[in-house]
Amino acid sequence: MSRIKWLLPTIYIVFLMLPIYWLLNMSFKSTNEILGSFTLWPQNFTLDNYKTIFTNPSWYNGYLNSIAYVVVNSVVAVLVALPAAYAFSRYRFLGDKHLFFWLLTNRMAPPAVFALPFIQLYSAIGLFDTIWAVALAHCLFNVPLAVWILEGFMSGVPKELDETAYIDGYSFPRFFTRIFIPTITAGIGVAAFFCFMFSWVELLLAKSLTSVAAKPIAATMTKTASSSGYELGLLAAAGALTLIPGAIVIWFVRNYIAKGFALGRV
Amino acid sequence: MSTKTVNQKAWFMVLPVVLLVAFNAVIPLMTVVNYSLQETFGDNVFFYEGLTWFEQVLHSERFHAALGRQAAFTLIILLIEIPLGVAIALAMPRKGIGVPVCLVLMSLPLLIPWNVVGAMWNIFALPEIGLLGKTLNSLGFDYNYTRQPFDAWATTIAMDVWHWTSLVVLLAYAGLSAIPDDFYQAARIDGASRWSVFRYIQLPKLKRVLTIAILLRFMDSFMIYTEPFVLTGGGPGNTTTFLSIDLVKMALGQFDLGPAAAMSIIYFLVILLVSWVFYTYTMRHED
Repeated sequence: MSRIKWLLPTIYIVFLMLPIYWLLNMSFKSTNEILGSFTLWPQNFTLDNYKTIFTNPSWYNGYLNSIAYVVVNSVVAVLVALPAAYAFSRYRFLGDKHLFFWLLTNRMAPPAVFALPFIQLYSAIGLFDTIWAVALAHCLFNVPLAVWILEGFMSGVPKELDETAYIDGYSFPRFFTRIFIPTITAGIGVAAFFCFMFSWVELLLAKSLTSVAAKPIAATMTKTASSSGYELGLLAAAGALTLIPGAIVIWFVRNYIAKGFALGRV
Repeated sequence: MSTKTVNQKAWFMVLPVVLLVAFNAVIPLMTVVNYSLQETFGDNVFFYEGLTWFEQVLHSERFHAALGRQAAFTLIILLIEIPLGVAIALAMPRKGIGVPVCLVLMSLPLLIPWNVVGAMWNIFALPEIGLLGKTLNSLGFDYNYTRQPFDAWATTIAMDVWHWTSLVVLLAYAGLSAIPDDFYQAARIDGASRWSVFRYIQLPKLKRVLTIAILLRFMDSFMIYTEPFVLTGGGPGNTTTFLSIDLVKMALGQFDLGPAAAMSIIYFLVILLVSWVFYTYTMRHED
């Protein structure tokens, strides 16, 4: 039984790795080789595609822009979500349940619906084509998500912790920063992970809200695909490089992933 | 769990969130509502149109077709991803080096930008030079996802299963890890079968995480845009034009703001309604 058990996850992981392998394979080939023949691994191994990306500012700026707005978004989302999640997990107040549900409804809003109004809104306040526009726009779905995850983790912390601290003479801000936040670091890590993930992978809003200066890497890629013909090798190399930030982030949170996905209170 | 205290000052703690989300949600939503009720011939001159656009969209065959395709797509991927995800989570190792290896490798697709997922599957499935396309063709299948609707659908579904099953696996795995060992020992003493362990111990514990998984997968697959757009461009013909692709075509391509806005609102309401009904139905015995 335990021998067969390994089979399903193994097959699944192989299935996951195949397209990734093909992307890497393509990224080390020249466009001529890709279009000319079908080979399971590069016959003329080349790093030219990667060289182009690292030497051409319109390529590597795309990466820097993407990382910039993803980091700003994650920090802002977690910072504003922390006190709100605490309020939802500890107190009852007028309209709390409606408010919580309204927040979650924004997670259900299709970005396609918001693309055009967002362009107008962020143009009107002069943020169009900056990383701030994308970072703030992604708060639409990341802040509710962060509140939801953090609320789950905080509800798992017994209320006695708060009460004991107050009896010991802690003020609320001191209790919150010195005691409470350290007890839920796992939750903060998981919330930040999710914010990073959903901001990093989103393209529709990021592309709509930028034109030249703050263009994300994903948008640079779609432009290359259509304008400079069919440079598959370059496209594959650019795609392969987008795997790296995700892989690094996963490595850091690997021990929390399983628990974190349960959102704290299974 | 202790009861919550009533504290109206808690509003101050949620205020930053409310302001930030309201800025992003309420203003654009009002813009959409405005457009949905008006007609414009340019120059920022608008005429009140009432519910004309809503009637037009609700009666249009184009919307019905896109909604039908969308519903079929979401239903198919839910029927594949949820059982498959649970099965993989059940078969995953519980301890040892296998756990982080599985988790890290399985999470990888979740962190790939969506257009890269589309581009990756595009070159993976190309009939002449893609690994999948070439293999299928040399096995004797006449496979070409840019020409044949069935192949386009199958490829889009395979891509979504590839992309998102891991989310279900991770959620289900987290749910399973939360079951104390005592439960299994008790079941062993009672001589419970593998099936009854699953049915009476594991499944009830998974209810909460599976609710989250189904909700997330429903919402996200219903809004799917980038991946099929990059993979098939909505084609061949309109066969993989899902709701978001159709909407963007209408709003940014043809600039039909009125109908696009009306469609946006109907679209959003459909997701809200289904999610709400599903959530209240599954959670009716909780709390």
